[in-house]
Amino acid sequence: MIAIEDVSKRYADGTVAVDRLSLQIPNHSITVLVGPSGCGKTTTLRMINRMIEPSSGTIRVDGEDIQRRPVNALRQSMGYVIQNAGLFQHRTIVDNIATVPRLLGWSKQRARARAAELMERVGLDPAMARRYPYQLSGGQQQRVGVARALAADPPVLLMDEPFSAVDPVVRRDLQKELLRIQGELGKAIVFVTHDMDEAITIGDRVAVLRTGGRLAQFATPDELLSAPADSFVEEFLGTDRGIRGLSFLSTRDLALDSSRVLPVGTDWQETAGRIGAQAPVLVTDADGKPLGWADLTAWHGDVTTLEPYGRSFVIGRDSLRVALDRAVLSPTGQAVAVDGRGKVLGLAGQDRIAAAIRAARQERAADSPDPVPEPKAAR
Amino acid sequence: MNGFFDIPSDLQSSYLGLISTHMQEALIPVLVGLLLALPIGLLCVRVDWIYPPVLWFTTVLYAIPSIAFFVVLIDYTGLSRTTVIIPLCLYSLVILVPAVVDGVRSVPEETNAAAAAMGIGPVRRYLQVQLPIAVPAIMAGLRVATASSISLVSVGALIGNQGALGNLLTTAMLYHRPLLAVNSVVTTAVLAILVDALLVLLRRVLTPWQPPTGRRAGRRTSSIPDAARAQGGVS
Repeated sequence: MIAIEDVSKRYADGTVAVDRLSLQIPNHSITVLVGPSGCGKTTTLRMINRMIEPSSGTIRVDGEDIQRRPVNALRQSMGYVIQNAGLFQHRTIVDNIATVPRLLGWSKQRARARAAELMERVGLDPAMARRYPYQLSGGQQQRVGVARALAADPPVLLMDEPFSAVDPVVRRDLQKELLRIQGELGKAIVFVTHDMDEAITIGDRVAVLRTGGRLAQFATPDELLSAPADSFVEEFLGTDRGIRGLSFLSTRDLALDSSRVLPVGTDWQETAGRIGAQAPVLVTDADGKPLGWADLTAWHGDVTTLEPYGRSFVIGRDSLRVALDRAVLSPTGQAVAVDGRGKVLGLAGQDRIAAAIRAARQERAADSPDPVPEPKAAR
Repeated sequence: MNGFFDIPSDLQSSYLGLISTHMQEALIPVLVGLLLALPIGLLCVRVDWIYPPVLWFTTVLYAIPSIAFFVVLIDYTGLSRTTVIIPLCLYSLVILVPAVVDGVRSVPEETNAAAAAMGIGPVRRYLQVQLPIAVPAIMAGLRVATASSISLVSVGALIGNQGALGNLLTTAMLYHRPLLAVNSVVTTAVLAILVDALLVLLRRVLTPWQPPTGRRAGRRTSSIPDAARAQGGVS
């Protein structure tokens, strides 16, 4: 647990970078500091490992005031990942990762063995161990940066806009990897970004800071999207926070329509007579996997003439946002719901999804206003 | 006895002996200059405002002709090699201090931040992170300092034949043997070129981490596996 208590940072010229900030950063979770440039998010992060000293206030890690600890020992107990990775260009990948263990006095062999283990953990090819940073892509360098920060198994990980300089595809990849690694290791991660999407994606809790270093809101991503504290937070969240908020609503209770699912080989004429020929039906194979859409007024049982069904969603695992997305993209306006093995469970049109959204909102309003967030990686 | 490589006996040295003396008088100052430049560089990097006055001072030193140094130094060190070596040390310093400081300052900000954040103290950071990354800049400075030192040694001929190969120039005039002057100039030039080539080789050995020049694109081609991984998604 990192406790930031009434911390301010004022510079000699009168600039206030951080203004009486208090935050409780729990263990085993990712806390994101997000805000526009000049909101003091990086300053706050750097005060945690004393790269910047606060003007007033106290920061405690597991109850101990960090001012009481020798600065280099404190820093060695906290992993630090930086934009552009900041690798040591004159050292091989394996020696970059082994840096902190070596500082802590590990033998060269043990440090390198540990580095090899971490390369695997962050998804790097072991063949890269002997390469130099210039031989790696930006995304690979950033993975090395994460591995280096984790090398001495520090309980705390500080990340300063680590993924801002890589392209969006690689960034999403790195975000997923971070969540996976966090699921395995359960560190106290403090993550700074200016990108609200990134904050929502990876944060268990998000602290929104405004210019001048004041806290605007500290909440789970879900709460942030459904109940922004003020117009600043709302504006910072962007125009589609309603849609994005659906990411946090489960499809578990979505009422599906299974009457229009037709296994191949069943009597389609009988079906047409039963449910009416007007509405399209989804034809599945013998195992219940979807094949495509059929218009019963024109279809004569030939599976090669089916209209493609696009993509399906997994009930209970995917969110209502995914379900709505599938429905919008579906040629029939119906999203195909499948189970974990890909077997069709039923269909959900936009009307059914809308009903599920309303129900989830009502249920949520009835719940306690401050639900304990589940660790992100478990989702 | 008047061949190209025959040295008049009053120089009390063979051709190879002259080369050996020349190299000592040229390289010792560069080494001493480097050893002095490293701590001075650290000071200049750590304490920002020191660098401009240091630079000013060393540049003024460079403007003083070596003869002026000799006149002052002869009172203390006599007509010896030391009298030649001391000004050359100072001249090396003028080139090497900026090379070290600029090299260390060119270390990317995020590399310094990462090193500090990992708990690497300032002196250790200087020795283990900043100086190694500054090696290409320092080597560039060393090449200039060495070439300049090799050519400047000849001035030592003015104070009692302490100019090694430079002594051949005065002797050439004395004995009307112009070939000795040619010998002096050619040998000095060849030495400078050879030592420079060695320094280039040394830099290559010391910096296997540098991208091969003119092929920075290597970085792009190696990004393909990562992009492919991203396409394939994460398990």
